[in-house]
Amino acid sequence: MDFWSRIFGRPSQKDSADVAKQRLQLVLAQDRTNISPETLNLLKDEMIAVISRRVEIDQVNVHVSMTHTPQGERLVANIPVIRARAPARATAERAKRTRTPRPARA
Amino acid sequence: MPGRIITITSGKGGVGKTTATANIGVALARRGQRVACVDADIGLRNLDVVMGLENRIVYDLVDVVEERARLRQALIKDKRLPELQLLPAAQTREKSAVNEKQMIKLCNDLKKEFDFVLIDSPAGIELGFKNSIAPADQVVIVVTPEVSAVRDADRVIGLVEASDKPAPKLIINRLRPAMVRRGEMMDTADVLEVLAIELLGIVPEDETIITSTNKGQPVALEDRTAAGAAFTRIARRLLGEDVPFPILGDSPGLLDRFANLFRR
Repeated sequence: MDFWSRIFGRPSQKDSADVAKQRLQLVLAQDRTNISPETLNLLKDEMIAVISRRVEIDQVNVHVSMTHTPQGERLVANIPVIRARAPARATAERAKRTRTPRPARA
Repeated sequence: MPGRIITITSGKGGVGKTTATANIGVALARRGQRVACVDADIGLRNLDVVMGLENRIVYDLVDVVEERARLRQALIKDKRLPELQLLPAAQTREKSAVNEKQMIKLCNDLKKEFDFVLIDSPAGIELGFKNSIAPADQVVIVVTPEVSAVRDADRVIGLVEASDKPAPKLIINRLRPAMVRRGEMMDTADVLEVLAIELLGIVPEDETIITSTNKGQPVALEDRTAAGAAFTRIARRLLGEDVPFPILGDSPGLLDRFANLFRR
């Protein structure tokens, strides 16, 4: 925000310098880890599937992204939770699985 | 004591590698250092014109490597600064005319006679870049505060860090303090945070770079321009002096403030 927008309290648009920095942090996280947006989307779908077995989540608003931090690259998932699934059902599912064990996937 | 080989590179083209090489060379020579500037951009040589020595080329780097000329014959002495010499690139050859081993040998020979060997690397991350990095004791990366240049710099930093070289250092070139103040250009802190690398210098955008390059007279021949003074500070830091990084640009002038009032 520049001097005058601060003085007049004008709701300033986001500074383009900040936009540049944020875009860079995203693209560098991708460059450095070699994780493509497609891979991130796959990860997101699989995470939704796994988590939804136990917890009801707001699937539309799940965000999975790479972020650059001074400590290195981070995979960040933002998953809005609605509520836990009914424990009875979880138990039933577990019981069902123990009866018909599936081979672990590689 | 043998000299230091410093390679100036960037990834992206057009960010000021050649200008930086010429001016750091001039600034070091003005402080009494014996400096050899080596143009490693074979096929697209430019360090000669930026230094104003283009009319004195007889032999070039490839002639030396292929033993048609001795190093001493190919080096051009800068008449303004007796300590400064240029080894020009070949203009009609390709990058593949030289390999890493030959560059290492050439620069190690120069190192015996000079305090500093400054290599002006070509843009890109291919052969010419690899040849330029191979002999380096220290790598300096030039970047402008723009997304494309910073992204490419990050790639080059990764490549240098993957080699056995010490961590590269950064020069932020063409910083425009007025734009930074308005939030329209990333500032030094932003670039350093994104790239996580040590700062060697900040050079402000300065029109005298263009007029001095027009004439073949590097700005660092004098200290009266903002860019010339910035390159002199960089040279002093390379010599081990602890030179503070000045805050570039004064507080907004009256005109600036007036202009800002009517912006957007």
